[in-house]
Amino acid sequence: MEIIKELPEVFEEFADARKNSFLAVKELKEKNVPVIGSYCTYFPQEIPMAMGAASVSLCSTSDETIADAEKDLPKNLCPLIKSSYGFAKTDKCPFFYFSDVVVGETTCDGKKKMYEYMGEFKDVFIMELPNTQREAALKLWKEEIICFKEYLESKFGVEITENQLRQACKTNNQVRSSLKGLYELMKNDPCPITGYDLFKVLYGSSFKFDRSLIPAEVDALVEKIKKEYAEGKMLEKKPRILITGCPIGGATEKVIRAVEENGGVVVTYENCSGAKSIDKNIDVEAEDIYEAIARRYLDIGCSVMTPDTNRFELLGRLIDEYKVDGVLEMTLQACHTYNVETLAIKKYVTEQKDIPYLAVETDYSQTDVGQLNTRIAAFIEML
Amino acid sequence: MNYIGIDIGSTCAKVVVLDEQKNVCLEMVQPTGWSSVDTAEEIKKKLLAEGIDPDASPCVATGYGRVSVPYANKMITEITCHAMGALKINHSQDALVIDIGGQDTKIIRIEEGMVKDFIMNDKCSAGTGRFLEVMANSMGMRPDELCTLAETGGGVTISSMCTVFAESEVISLIGRGEPKENIAFAVVDSIVSKVASQASRLHEKGEAVCLTGGLCDCEYVCKALEKKLQSQVITSPQARYAGALGAALAAAKIKL
Ligand code: SF4
Ligand code: SF4
Repeated sequence: MEIIKELPEVFEEFADARKNSFLAVKELKEKNVPVIGSYCTYFPQEIPMAMGAASVSLCSTSDETIADAEKDLPKNLCPLIKSSYGFAKTDKCPFFYFSDVVVGETTCDGKKKMYEYMGEFKDVFIMELPNTQREAALKLWKEEIICFKEYLESKFGVEITENQLRQACKTNNQVRSSLKGLYELMKNDPCPITGYDLFKVLYGSSFKFDRSLIPAEVDALVEKIKKEYAEGKMLEKKPRILITGCPIGGATEKVIRAVEENGGVVVTYENCSGAKSIDKNIDVEAEDIYEAIARRYLDIGCSVMTPDTNRFELLGRLIDEYKVDGVLEMTLQACHTYNVETLAIKKYVTEQKDIPYLAVETDYSQTDVGQLNTRIAAFIEML
Repeated sequence: MNYIGIDIGSTCAKVVVLDEQKNVCLEMVQPTGWSSVDTAEEIKKKLLAEGIDPDASPCVATGYGRVSVPYANKMITEITCHAMGALKINHSQDALVIDIGGQDTKIIRIEEGMVKDFIMNDKCSAGTGRFLEVMANSMGMRPDELCTLAETGGGVTISSMCTVFAESEVISLIGRGEPKENIAFAVVDSIVSKVASQASRLHEKGEAVCLTGGLCDCEYVCKALEKKLQSQVITSPQARYAGALGAALAAAKIKL
């Protein structure tokens, strides 16, 4: 196997996965494989997987197209929404370009209204994600998932069988278990690898189209890290930071770097770039597989839900299991749901868990790197 | 052995040197100027002239120019340094520190000698020394003159928080023939209101606060802040050196 490669090389390969898959997505199209674009962790990947389609995350992470987006959208909107819309509108994102359909969920208000405009130049399928996680919500979400399946069936003239669906769930469960196996290595103190390297693998793996290949690759990586750790290859002991809040990637990786360049190590990500999207698996044995899928996804903790109990549950568990010394929350400017929730998270972290908490609000520009550094360095000095 | 703390802020660079017993034996302040690298070099010359060799003494740099001090043994953020300096000045282990700096305002909560929480405003110059400087400039006086004059004024407010708009408000007030003391009052009132609203996230009603940073020299600013916060504001001539003092205290922990 690829075991011969050195770790840094493996991490860089994952970091380049997004770039490299530009070509891969073109090849898929040439082979007539449908490509489904998505924007959110609530997106049930198993449905397109079951029909042999590729799914790709379209969340944009650079400020390159924000100015273009601001021709149509207000300035004081979350940069993730503006950037995603900007890349779509200017056709600068090959993944968007090659997507046969993009799926949006009714998550936050900004996104859901933006999709209306996006629908003017692209096939957009909207799934109605409930705002709560009650039983009635589960029923609605399950119906939405079935609707989505039927939409794919009629659009592509295929049938998605229950068997295929269960198989897809199994495969994706394995993917999640492997990735979890990887991030759980960070429970070790001192850590075997940096949080930034971990991030590269987690983020990069979401751009591998043949998901069935991920487990073997990640498991091999885990084995290699374990072996080297046993041989004494590890970081020094450092303050252990948990990152929570809005999704991180691209421009906002500056926050991860600020932690690790100022003496800390990111031991776990509670946000969409980490545990939130991986923590739980689908019950493949369930009698009603649609309900099992619906439950798995609906239960994700995110500030778009009210109340958002599950986010606190996961956060608390991670703080304990990863022996976290401090919680750093990154919010994007004008993300109302996360910015409002910072107060509750701060209270929970400082009062229930009794560890320090820092919130930083940022956007996709690099102009605040100095300020972020001072804030985050001061936070780490506190620990 | 001497311990050196250097705080290179956006407008002023402050230096504190401690002796073996951690007593202050030298305090210096100078404008930062265009280049913090040059400032650090000048400070070195001045220290050498005082018979202190920064290359041979433990030295900690802080402030936004902390990366530009090649002879420092360590860099520590201004949050931690201000906190440690303020504790030393106030002989206590718990405090709420408000630092009004040249370009930012920091609110620091300290419990049992440790920073517990902090807020930093650095995206906007409202409520900072910079705001005062710009307004004083357009009124043709020095910032400290403006502060003293403010005490005798009243009855006017500046509604805009943004420095650029506030400046045009000040200019139109001047044009309208509003007495200078009233405009000065409005300027100080604007700064103090902004600082108080930032502090309200960490400040408990009635709790005494320690004011550090350049503005603490001005008695009227302290008074106005006391009124806004409805709490006692403690300060001292040493308080503008709090960051450098904290850095020097940290230097005293370094083993060369
Ligand atoms: S933060 Fe919430 S709304 Fe945004 S991608 Fe993640 S789950 Fe979806
Ligand atoms: S970061 Fe916040 S505002 Fe932006 S898309 Fe996600 S939930 Fe919406």
